[in-house]
Amino acid sequence: MMKITYRVAVREAIREAMHKDDRVFLMGEDVGRYGGCFAISKGLLDEFGPERIRDTPLSESGFTGAGIGAALGGMRPIVEVMTVNFSLLAADQILNTAATYLHMSGGLFNVPLVIRMSTGGGKQLAAQHSHSLEGWYAHIPGIKVLAPATVEDARGMLWTALEDPDPVLIFENATLLNMEAELPEDAGPVDIDRAQVRRPGRDVTIITYGAGLFKSLEAAKVLAGEGIEAEVVDLRTLRPLDNETFLPSVDKTHRALIVDEGWRSGGISAEISARIMEEAFYELDAPVERICGAEVPMPYARHMEQAALPQVETIIATIKRMMGA
Amino acid sequence: MSEFIMPSLGADMETGILVEWNVEPGDRVKRGDIIAVVETDKGVIEIEVFEDGVVDEILVQPGEEVAVGTVMAIIRSEEVTAAKKPPAVEAVRPKPSTGPVIKQAPAGPEEKPSLVQPAEARPLILPTKKRLKASPLARKLAAELGIDLGTVPGTGPDGAINQADVERVAQAQKATEKAAKPAAAEFRVGMRQAIAAAMARSNREIPHYYLEKRIDMSRALQWLEAENRRRSVKERLLPAVLLIKAVALALGDVPELNGYWIDDQHQPRKEIHIGFAISLRQGGLVTPAIHHADLKSLDELMATLDDLITRTRAGRLRSSEMTDATITLTHLGDLGVEKVYGVIYPPQVALVGLGKITEAPWAENGLLGVRPVLTATLAADHRATDGRQGAKFLEAFNHYLQEPDKL
Repeated sequence: MMKITYRVAVREAIREAMHKDDRVFLMGEDVGRYGGCFAISKGLLDEFGPERIRDTPLSESGFTGAGIGAALGGMRPIVEVMTVNFSLLAADQILNTAATYLHMSGGLFNVPLVIRMSTGGGKQLAAQHSHSLEGWYAHIPGIKVLAPATVEDARGMLWTALEDPDPVLIFENATLLNMEAELPEDAGPVDIDRAQVRRPGRDVTIITYGAGLFKSLEAAKVLAGEGIEAEVVDLRTLRPLDNETFLPSVDKTHRALIVDEGWRSGGISAEISARIMEEAFYELDAPVERICGAEVPMPYARHMEQAALPQVETIIATIKRMMGA
Repeated sequence: MSEFIMPSLGADMETGILVEWNVEPGDRVKRGDIIAVVETDKGVIEIEVFEDGVVDEILVQPGEEVAVGTVMAIIRSEEVTAAKKPPAVEAVRPKPSTGPVIKQAPAGPEEKPSLVQPAEARPLILPTKKRLKASPLARKLAAELGIDLGTVPGTGPDGAINQADVERVAQAQKATEKAAKPAAAEFRVGMRQAIAAAMARSNREIPHYYLEKRIDMSRALQWLEAENRRRSVKERLLPAVLLIKAVALALGDVPELNGYWIDDQHQPRKEIHIGFAISLRQGGLVTPAIHHADLKSLDELMATLDDLITRTRAGRLRSSEMTDATITLTHLGDLGVEKVYGVIYPPQVALVGLGKITEAPWAENGLLGVRPVLTATLAADHRATDGRQGAKFLEAFNHYLQEPDKL
């Protein structure tokens, strides 16, 4: 076992992929000489050279499109977009090209592209760098949307994503980058199509992903001290959603709380809630509840930013209310 | 075109659960066909259709509990082809949710038991009441456990009923049931409540008067003995058959006692359908109708009685048998009781009670002898009839028993 951070886990995943398959290359803003704006690709330029670790102009649409072209041309590009907010500049390439190409070409051309980007608030990066827009991307047919929360998934999801014949978007929550965890030396690829129960419980199911996972686990720990056993489901993949994992959990606990740092209206939390209503209505013993990010542009001031994000205390209070405790 | 509705199988019935359909859309049915099976507090009842036609549409699915008066199917008469949809089904589902809503329905004294004829179908008006708040799981659980959600105190937000609330009540019910009568089926509890409701209503609303007459049964029994001697064991008649026939014929002479009191009106019936009280081994009783008892021969009555008792105890009666009785006959002789003072089954207007035939001193023509004696009582609704008619009836009953060969 070795103790590594989320950041290093992602870097190791990229290194492994580059070693395993010489069609793999990384490109994005400042990924080379600067080592990545979140220092994920630090050292990779020296190891793999400028052909495979490519700095790009500040043009998300341009280099995402180039990634699509490379993928069509037989490469296995990893495109890094600095933050999800900037990915909107490439939204046209992602939605109108990457996600539709297989369909528009009558099944002739698939796009084996991986796009990584940071997401989420909590680092005082204000209203243009801090949102959680992965729910938007989960709306798009034709792509997969991954949200690795654990170090293990940060390490293991990339290779599986690269092996997928279609575009895969990976959302790395910036607040998790310094998180450390024990990982086996030979930790390798993991599946990208199943949610996982991270903590079993009988009373209520918390469905979450990304940074919400750790807040939920912390809340569950506190609640356990008060006799309430919360089951915590880490979605891992937001598209396609793994009904097969969270619905049986709700069937068991009869209560569901969704914790999502994204905005509430029309968000992924709404989709999950709707599925529970559709598939597990008669198992529900309380209304499905949601704790989401406040519907405001992310504030800069620390206390206001924290107030705009789901917090452990809110999760605890909500679950206590749901349990009638 | 007519609507096949959930019939009221007794004045006290508010809902029924459809058990099964015996027909599918497109099937041809004729009057009297059993097309559905419905479960009520009184058991599983086979429901007949009251006109010829073709099943056009089925609106209620097996397992659903619906209020009396709910349209369950559309029967198209042969000539009419254009189908017009009925108003929305007043189904209340799932089962437990009906409890509180339905229970609030005013149990009007005007409700009459035989609402089966489509022509007389009237929409059931459910009172507007605040909807009971219960979680979907609580509703499902209550349905499975047969718990009326109306009896469950909710502890959730806004007093909503949740799983734990239902389980608490289920637990409590189990405990009391165990204490009271082991293994009592829920349906018996339901039947007890149904009887309670009907009898309480009867005592509350019906001014009963009682008459009593001792009847010399020697002629009837002698005739019966001679008659049975001629018959094979299988064909033998029970004294009860003579009594039923005599009651039926006497009602022909005093038709005022045969019928209903509905909407403050006395409604005598021409057809004589005698509701024969059959007690169930597990407790409770059912009074299925012996149709046209006055027109049936003794053999036919015997066969009918055999069949009715078997099917009643098997819980397999037909809707018409549950609803058509125009009078009730209670015969408690086999339990050693000598006189029966009955409580009328509303909206009927009379109940005939027969006790055990016992040997008793009998004075006649200045001579004292010992005769088999039956005490017949009449409980009658004083709103509908007076003692004079009651007396005439008992006298007629006596008269027919004195000429058994004419029965």
